[in-house]
Amino acid sequence: MKVVVCVKQVPDTKGGVKFNPDGTLDRAAMLTIMNPDDKAGLEAALRLKDKYGAEVTVVTMGLPKAEEVLREALAMGADKGILVTDRVLGGADTWATSQTIAGAIRNLEYDLIITGRQAIDGDTAQVGPQISEHLGIPVISYAQNIEIEGDSVIVERQYDDRYHVLKAKMPCLITALAELNEPRYMTPGGIFDAYKAEITTWGRADLKDVDDSNLGLKGSPTQIARASDKVRKGQGEKVTLDPSESVAYIIDKLKTRHVI
Amino acid sequence: MDFTLSKEHEMARTLFKEFAEKEVKPLAIEVDETEEFPRATVEKMAKAGFLGIPIPKEYGGQGCDVMTYVMCVEELAKVCGTTAVIVSAHTSLCCDPILTYGTEEQKQKYLPDLASGRKIGAFGLTEPGAGTDAQGQQTKAVLDGDEWVLNGSKIFITNGKEADVYVIFAITGMVEKRGRMTKEISAFIVEKGTPGFSFGTKEKKMGIRGSSTYELIFTDCRIPKENMLGQQGKGFNIAMHTLDGGRIGIAAQALGIGEGALDRTIAYVKERKQFGRAIGAFQNTQFQIADMATKAQAAQLLVYKAAMTKDQYTKDHKTSYSVEAAQAKLYAAEMAMEVTTKAVQLHGGYGYTREYEVERMMRDAKITEIYEGTSEVQRMVISSNLLK
Repeated sequence: MKVVVCVKQVPDTKGGVKFNPDGTLDRAAMLTIMNPDDKAGLEAALRLKDKYGAEVTVVTMGLPKAEEVLREALAMGADKGILVTDRVLGGADTWATSQTIAGAIRNLEYDLIITGRQAIDGDTAQVGPQISEHLGIPVISYAQNIEIEGDSVIVERQYDDRYHVLKAKMPCLITALAELNEPRYMTPGGIFDAYKAEITTWGRADLKDVDDSNLGLKGSPTQIARASDKVRKGQGEKVTLDPSESVAYIIDKLKTRHVI
Repeated sequence: MDFTLSKEHEMARTLFKEFAEKEVKPLAIEVDETEEFPRATVEKMAKAGFLGIPIPKEYGGQGCDVMTYVMCVEELAKVCGTTAVIVSAHTSLCCDPILTYGTEEQKQKYLPDLASGRKIGAFGLTEPGAGTDAQGQQTKAVLDGDEWVLNGSKIFITNGKEADVYVIFAITGMVEKRGRMTKEISAFIVEKGTPGFSFGTKEKKMGIRGSSTYELIFTDCRIPKENMLGQQGKGFNIAMHTLDGGRIGIAAQALGIGEGALDRTIAYVKERKQFGRAIGAFQNTQFQIADMATKAQAAQLLVYKAAMTKDQYTKDHKTSYSVEAAQAKLYAAEMAMEVTTKAVQLHGGYGYTREYEVERMMRDAKITEIYEGTSEVQRMVISSNLLK
C-alpha cells in the first residue's frame, strides 16, 4: 500500500503574526510549524504504515526552507520526502497550488492521498479537493476516522451535528481534520536519520501534464489584496442581573448597536 | 570555536521543549504535591524514545550523542525536576555502565528493554555509612557455586521501587593495596523480583518529590554468576566513571531548573506592578535578572562542553571527561540554587507559595548540590586533577 501525504509549512501563530509593509505575511520573520490538519493526516498515514506496512511519501510545495517540514515528517516515521520548489511556482493561489501538487503526484504510485482539511494561514480548504479533481479520483473530506477494507477505504466524515460513513474504492483522496488523532512525537534518533536522508527536490520541469498557464502567480485566478491580524475584541462587560432583567438589558444593548 | 547548534540538535530541542510543555508541565505541581512517580509520563517518554537517547541503535536505543541527551534532561528540568532525574538516573547510571562495561550477552539482554523504556534502570552505591566515602560500604557479595549471594542495603536510590534493573556495588573480598588491606568492590546487575531483594522505606524529601527514592535491601539475594558487571574488583572504578557521566546529567538537570526559574521570573516581573510600575522597570530587578541570565548562560556552556567531551570519549574511549563533568555539575548546581533563590525573592510573598512554581524549583535545586557527588566532592575532583 502506498500513501502520499501533502503537508504545508505554515507560520506558528502562537509566536504572533508579522506583516510586511505591503500588508502581506512576513513569513521569514515568523516561526514555522507543520500545518496541524496536515500533521493529523500524516499520523493517519503512519498508522496505516504501522498496521499494514504502508509506504508513506510526504510532498510539500514551498520555498527551499520548506524542506524542514519534510525532515520533521521523516523524523516522525515517513519514508520519503519530496520538495516541489521553483521560482516560477511562487505566488500560487489554491488553483495553481493544487495544479502543481497534482503534477508532482502524477509521477508517483499511490493508493491513497491524504491532505489536511485546510491550512491555518489561508483557511481555504480548497487544495485537497482540487488535487483529487485534477487527478480524477474520489475525495472524502473532513475525515475524523479512517479504516481500510480490502481495496476500499471507509471514512467517517464530520458533519455539523453528525457524521457520515462513506466507502470509496482506492485510489482516492482524503482530507483530514486535526481532531482525527493525536500525532506522535518525532523520535530523537528519527531526527538524526531525517537529516541524513535525501530529500527529492522537483522543479517546474518535473511536473507532469500541467500547463504553464495554470502555475505560479500568472496561473492564479485569485490575488490577496490585503491581510491583517485579528482585531482584538474589548474585555467585555460583566453584569449580574436576574433572568428577566438580563434579557431586557441584552435587547437594549443590541438595539443601541443597531444589531436588531 | 562555533557555538551554533546543528539543525539536528535544534530540531531535537524543539521536540523536547514541546513534549515538556505539553506532557510534563501540566503535571509538575501534582507530582510534587502527591509525591507520586509520574508513570504515565514515563510511558510517554518511552514511546518517544527519550529513555534510550545515547544508546546505540544496535541495542534498541536512539543512537544519538550525549549532547542530545543533555538537552532532553535540560528541557524536562525546566518544567519538572522530578521527570528530569528519572531520565538522568535511568540513562547515565544504569544504561551507561551496562553499555560501557557489560559483556555482549549482558548488553543484548538488558539494553533493548532499558533503551525502549520497557524497563527502568537504577544504580545502588550509597549506603548509610558510605556516601562521599564510597569505600565505606558494607554490602557483601560471596560466590557460592554459580551464584553470588548479596547481603546488605543501599539507601537514597533514585527510581528505587519503580526500576526493574539495578546496577549494585558490593564488597567481594579484601586485597592488599600499597601494603594495606582494602575492600575489593565489584559491580553487579540485579533484577527486580530476585528472591532476597526487597525495598525498605521511601524517603520523604525536600524536593524532586515524585522521584521514587527508596532503600534497597538484600538478604541472601542470589544472583547468577554471569551478572557481575565488568571485572571482579573493578567496581570502584566503574562507580566513579559512571558518576562522571551521571554528573553531566545532573548538571543538565540543574541547568534546566535554573533556566525554568529564570523564564518564570522574567514573565512575572513584567506583569507584577508596585508603585504604579512593573517591578521589571526597577534597576534592582534588572540587575538581578542580568546576573541570573549570565550565570545560567555560563552554566549552559559548561554543561554542553562536558557533553561534547563525553561524546569525544564515546568515539576514542580515551578522552577523560571527569573534570569537565565536575565543573559543569559544580557550577550548574550552585547556579540553580542561586537563581531559584533569587527567583523566589523577586516573586515576593507569592514566590513563597506553592501556587508559583519557583518555590518548588528552589526545593528541587538543592539536591543537585548534593547527589552524585556533593559540590565539595566536585571541588576535590577538579583540584586533585590540577594538583597531581
